[in-house]
Amino acid sequence: MYVAVKGGERAIENAHRLLAHERRGERSVPELSLEQISEQLTLAVDRVMAEGSLYDRELAALAVKQARGDLIEAIFLLRAFRATLPRFGATEPVDTGAMQIHRRISATFKDLPGGQVLGPTFDYTHRLLETPPSDPAAPATAPALGEAMPRVTDLLGADDLIEPSPPPGDATAPVGDLTREPLAFPTERDVRLQNLARGDEGFLLALGYSTQRGYGRNHPFAGEIRLGEVDIEFFAEEAGFALPLGRLFITECQMITQFKGSATQSPRFTRGYGVVFGHGERKAMSMALVDRALRGRELGEETKAPAQDEEFVLSHSDNVQAMGFVEHLKLPHYVDFQAELGLMRRMRAGVDVVRSGNEDMQEAAE
Amino acid sequence: MSTAAYNFAYLDEQTKRMIRRAILKAIAIPGYQVPFASREMPMPFGWGTGGVQVTAAILGPTDVLKVIDQGSDDTTNAVSIRKFFAKTAGIHTTTSTLEATIIQTRHRIPEARLREGQILVFQVPIPEPLRFLEPRETETRRMHALADYGLMHVKLYEDIARHGHIATTYAYPVRVNERYVMDPSPTPKFDNPKMHDCQALQLLGAGREKRIYAIPPYTSVVSLDFEDHPFERYRHDAACALCGATDSFLDEVITDDRGGRMFVCSDTDYCEMRRARGHGGAASENGQCAGAGDG
Repeated sequence: MYVAVKGGERAIENAHRLLAHERRGERSVPELSLEQISEQLTLAVDRVMAEGSLYDRELAALAVKQARGDLIEAIFLLRAFRATLPRFGATEPVDTGAMQIHRRISATFKDLPGGQVLGPTFDYTHRLLETPPSDPAAPATAPALGEAMPRVTDLLGADDLIEPSPPPGDATAPVGDLTREPLAFPTERDVRLQNLARGDEGFLLALGYSTQRGYGRNHPFAGEIRLGEVDIEFFAEEAGFALPLGRLFITECQMITQFKGSATQSPRFTRGYGVVFGHGERKAMSMALVDRALRGRELGEETKAPAQDEEFVLSHSDNVQAMGFVEHLKLPHYVDFQAELGLMRRMRAGVDVVRSGNEDMQEAAE
Repeated sequence: MSTAAYNFAYLDEQTKRMIRRAILKAIAIPGYQVPFASREMPMPFGWGTGGVQVTAAILGPTDVLKVIDQGSDDTTNAVSIRKFFAKTAGIHTTTSTLEATIIQTRHRIPEARLREGQILVFQVPIPEPLRFLEPRETETRRMHALADYGLMHVKLYEDIARHGHIATTYAYPVRVNERYVMDPSPTPKFDNPKMHDCQALQLLGAGREKRIYAIPPYTSVVSLDFEDHPFERYRHDAACALCGATDSFLDEVITDDRGGRMFVCSDTDYCEMRRARGHGGAASENGQCAGAGDG
């Protein structure tokens, strides 16, 4: 005899117990510490901080561990925690020109003030699978560079060959925050950049790639990619001046693209901008490509490609939203399905009547 | 993290205030989708975060909460959300439609008539009724502003031209207060008439899409149709096998692999209440003594 399904509560508890067991894995293997994750799975932690939109290595490491290495799940954990934190305000704009550089490369100039600094990079490594040494040789050292390295875009800006950023008069305007105000179209660039900075790396990578393959091509050059530490400051009303809050480790990418000019503007280079918490060059570069693609409307370009369509890009970039809605298909849909089932039977019954009617007519004709 | 670190009903007071403002605006403009700064909740988007945020914003310490999914109090997500509020707000929960002051629901409206003072909170996946006809938000907002709903009527007309009837079975569009066309969330169209002139306040929350909309008590809610093709409710042509109800929305349950099936009430509380009163169906013990389908 059928009894209405009961016991969901018990089943959920058991599923969670099993999950905790699976997460721990074989008990004879030592458990991962947060320090190990933070120190040795650095880039995973960086990605979780960037897309989780919260700069906290310890919590991001905890999220990676709790999520069994599922980074989107870890991002979700961090975001849900972040959503409970109060917002005090916006910091002063970060001066990446004053960055303490760990890596800095330009693809547009062979040499430039400050030089090319390769830093820790997978570039030029041969991707041969091998066990990394547990005690690698100490890195080579050189005296610290005394002066800040000017950004490539600043060098171009001195000759007015590239558009100023931010546009004059824009520097003091309050910045949007899509965690406090829902996205409304058309958007301004500040909110677009925030959306992209939180957006899914894979999604932005694919979109950036699509612009290179002709879907909204805009001739990009990697003007500069820089990685290092910057100071953040918060203007305190009570004190009357900006107080240092600490340092952030970030990756910045400035793409330089052509602009043919218009009736009112002389031809000059335009910018695509990308920045992420931690070390995330792939994401920063993808973000810069997509940012530039989304400026098509502003720059009077024909906008037909997916990467140039702000409603399409900004509405689908957030992996926490995307994973939730895709995976919600796991939830029961009995009710809707039953309604569809009824309709399907009704429609098929209609077709059968028509078919048998046709057969009768054929017989009559024969 | 201990729960002590979180505010009553999880959300901080500023967030609740922001949501309450959106709710008030939504009540003032029935059927209009009010944008709000939806937060990441500790359950995934698409799993009821809109409803959960609305419930969190209106919940008080004396409220009694009921949560249903597919009409049932025992489906896993309903259990999960009910436990969430029991834990973060310490409020009383119930499975009884009559006892509850707030009912959060996914995909159904309870069979029992709702009364004044109750609030029905819907979880909404896609709040925009025009979305599948026009994917752009900028366009659909303009269409609502101008009450330009021709596209929707054309869609319904095309259904009739192709199938002989309107082939929409759930999320069937309604017009609220003779103004805004609204998506009633993916409830079966069987439930649409319950929204009309309802004594309870109906709030609809879409977390991922960041929209809240509302139907104040005693507001007209009319399912879109044509004079010669009037709106029709649909339910399986059967009585509940457990309680014998012939007026409730039914779930089809497959009982074996030889085509055996039975129909039972989707609203488990309604079904239990009827059985407690002695009603029975073909597959119940009551059915043997009370006679099947006597209700």
